[in-house]
Order: sequence, then structure tokens, then C-alpha cells
Amino acid sequence: MSINATLIGQMITFALLVWFTMKYIWPPLFDSLEERKKKIADGLAAAEKGHEEILLAEKKAKGVIKEAKEQSSEIVNLAQKRANDLIEESKDTAKQEGERLLLAAKAQIEQEIQQAKEGLRQEVAELALSAAEQILGAEIDKAKHQDIISKVSNQLG
Amino acid sequence: MATEAHAAEGVTGYIIHHLTPLHVGEGFWTLHLDTLFFSAVLGGLFVWFFKTAAEKATSGVPGIVQNFAEMMIEFVDTQVKDSFHGESKLIAPLALTIFCWVFMWNFMDLFPVDILPLIGSIMGIDYLRVVPSTDLNATFAMSISVFCLIIFYSIKIKGPWGFAKELMFQPFGPWLLPFNLLLKLVEEIAKPISLALRLFGNLYAGELIFILIALLPWYLQPVLSFPWAIFHILIITLQAFIFMVLTIVYLSMAHEHH
Repeated sequence: MSINATLIGQMITFALLVWFTMKYIWPPLFDSLEERKKKIADGLAAAEKGHEEILLAEKKAKGVIKEAKEQSSEIVNLAQKRANDLIEESKDTAKQEGERLLLAAKAQIEQEIQQAKEGLRQEVAELALSAAEQILGAEIDKAKHQDIISKVSNQLG
Repeated sequence: MATEAHAAEGVTGYIIHHLTPLHVGEGFWTLHLDTLFFSAVLGGLFVWFFKTAAEKATSGVPGIVQNFAEMMIEFVDTQVKDSFHGESKLIAPLALTIFCWVFMWNFMDLFPVDILPLIGSIMGIDYLRVVPSTDLNATFAMSISVFCLIIFYSIKIKGPWGFAKELMFQPFGPWLLPFNLLLKLVEEIAKPISLALRLFGNLYAGELIFILIALLPWYLQPVLSFPWAIFHILIITLQAFIFMVLTIVYLSMAHEHH
């Protein structure tokens, strides 16, 4: 059990191994580890952020939905009001139209009555005249009693 | 099996045979070929595995290889971050290399004690000691390298004068300078020695017990070697971990100003 040149050989081997490890083995493996660590950390951070964003979006969506609901109910109210107005308006129009039609019909009826009266008066006057002519015959001179006839005729009219 | 092969040499012969490395050369210039070979192969295995993982490394979903490599990286990085607060590109890879390499050295201990030497003897290799951490040269090579780094960083961070001041004036102030110096030198030198001897001692003892168990009758062997192997799984991991953590601690001490 003696110390001898083997020691030197072993030291050289050791130095070579350490050099090789330092140069070619440690850095890539360690870097890949660090990189993975970073990746995982980033991923976790992104997940966290995503979660927060989802919460935020949900909140926002709720707000939008609420607003939309309000708007729609407003629109519905407005439409109802408008419809009511329209109904009222059309009711009024119909009423007015009806009255107008009624008035017109009344006027026409009045006019027709007048016409009929006029016609009847004319006919009665003519009948009275012809009857008076037949009764009086020659006694009554049409020219002589013109003013009486027209007076009577006026009274009839 | 090997018990019979070495029957002529007796029990002691069997043990000595198992703990004798395959060596060439004389005196200081002896090379333990088995230590060099196995630690190089295991180092290659380590580098190959992690290189494969590093080449395919993505920050997306990792495969099995990358997953395992990343687990190790994460584990080592946690240890480094716990005790070392400076900036260094070296310490973490160094710690990873130490942990994996020492663990693989130690893991060789879990192969049945006779199987690799048997294969070796078939190929004409008489001696084979397969666990590099039962070789003082291997453990000292590592701890002395760490020691050099401690000295290097101490001087680099604190400056030559700052480091000298720390050696001379701490912990008892300038009036006890020689005493301080002695204390500090012992403290510094104890670091690599304790690192190397702790690992060596644990694994050498563990291996010795496996060898002793292998000397028992066959029906007793599983009863003893199974619990010991399970216990050993803990020991080899723990020793690799201790070596790595102490390296980190020593280096972070070298980085700190007092």
C-alpha cells in the first residue's frame, strides 16, 4: 500500500473529467433546467393572468348584459307607449272621421229632404194650379190674376 | 471457487492476493494498472452518460436519461447552493464529478469479489483489484487535487498576503504567530488527508469484509453478504456524498474573508 505514480495518473484523469464536466456537461443541463424553471414560472403566471382576465371579462359581460337588459326594457316601454299613442290617435281619427261622415250624411239627407220638399211643392203648386184652372175654367184669366197665383205659389214654396 | 484456487497459499494468501493491485514498474514509478483502468472506464461511463443527456437536453418534457441527469444536477446544485455563497463556474461541476466518480468507484465493491478477478485470471491477469477507492493513490489523487484548488482559491480570493495573514494571525492574534501558523498548517493539511483516508478506510474495510465473507462456507455466504451488501449501498453513497460535501465546504471556506 504505497503512494506511487498511479497518483499522478489519477490526478490527470480527475482533472480531465472535471474539465469535461465543466465545459460540456454542466452548462447545457443546467441551462435546460433553468429554462424549464422559467417556462413553468411563466406558464403559472400566464395561467394566473388568464384567470384574472376571465374574472374581469365575466364582470364586464355581466355589466353589458345588465345594460342591454335595461336598454331593451326601455325600448319595450317606449314601444308600448308609442303603441298606446298610436291607438289613441287612431281612435281619435276614427271618431272624427265618423263624425265627419255622419255630418256629411246628415247634410246630404237634409239636402235630399229639401230637394224632395222643393219637388213636392212644385208638384203641389202645379196640381193646385191645374185643379184651380179646371175648377175656375175660363173664369180666371191667367194674366189678370197673375199676382194672386204667384202669391199662392210663394206661400206654397 | 477462488478459495480452492488459492488453497495452497491459505486464507492470508487469498486476502493478500485480492488486495494486491495489478502493477508495473518499480518504486515510485509503479503504476497500478487496475486502478487506472477501472477509474478511467468508470469516468468514461460517467462522462458518456451525462454527455448523452446534455446533448439531448431540452427545456421541454425530458426523457429518462435527461431526467436522471437533471436529478443529479439538481441534487448537486442544491448542495452547492446550501454551503457555497460565492460565484464559481467550477465548484458545481467539480462536485458533480466527485460525487458520481466516487460513487461509481465504490459501486465496484458490490460486484461479487471473485467474479472480475476470475475473468481477469482467465485472460491471463494474475492480480486484479477492481475497486479504485481501495487504492490510496486514487483517493489521494482526488483529495490532493481538491487541496490544490483550496490553496489556489485561497490565494486568488484573499491575495497572497491575505492568505498569509490568515495563516499567521488567526485564530489567536499576532502575539501567538508561531502557534497560529502551526495550527493553521495542521488544519489545512488535515483536509486532504482526512478526505482521502476516510474514503479509503471505509471502502478498504468494506472490501475486506466481503473477502472474509467469501472465505466462509457457501451456505453461510448469502446470509452474511446480502445484509452487508445492502448496508454497503448506504455506505458507498454516503462516502461519495461526504467527499463531495466536504469539498464544497472546504472550497467555500477558501472563498470567504475573515
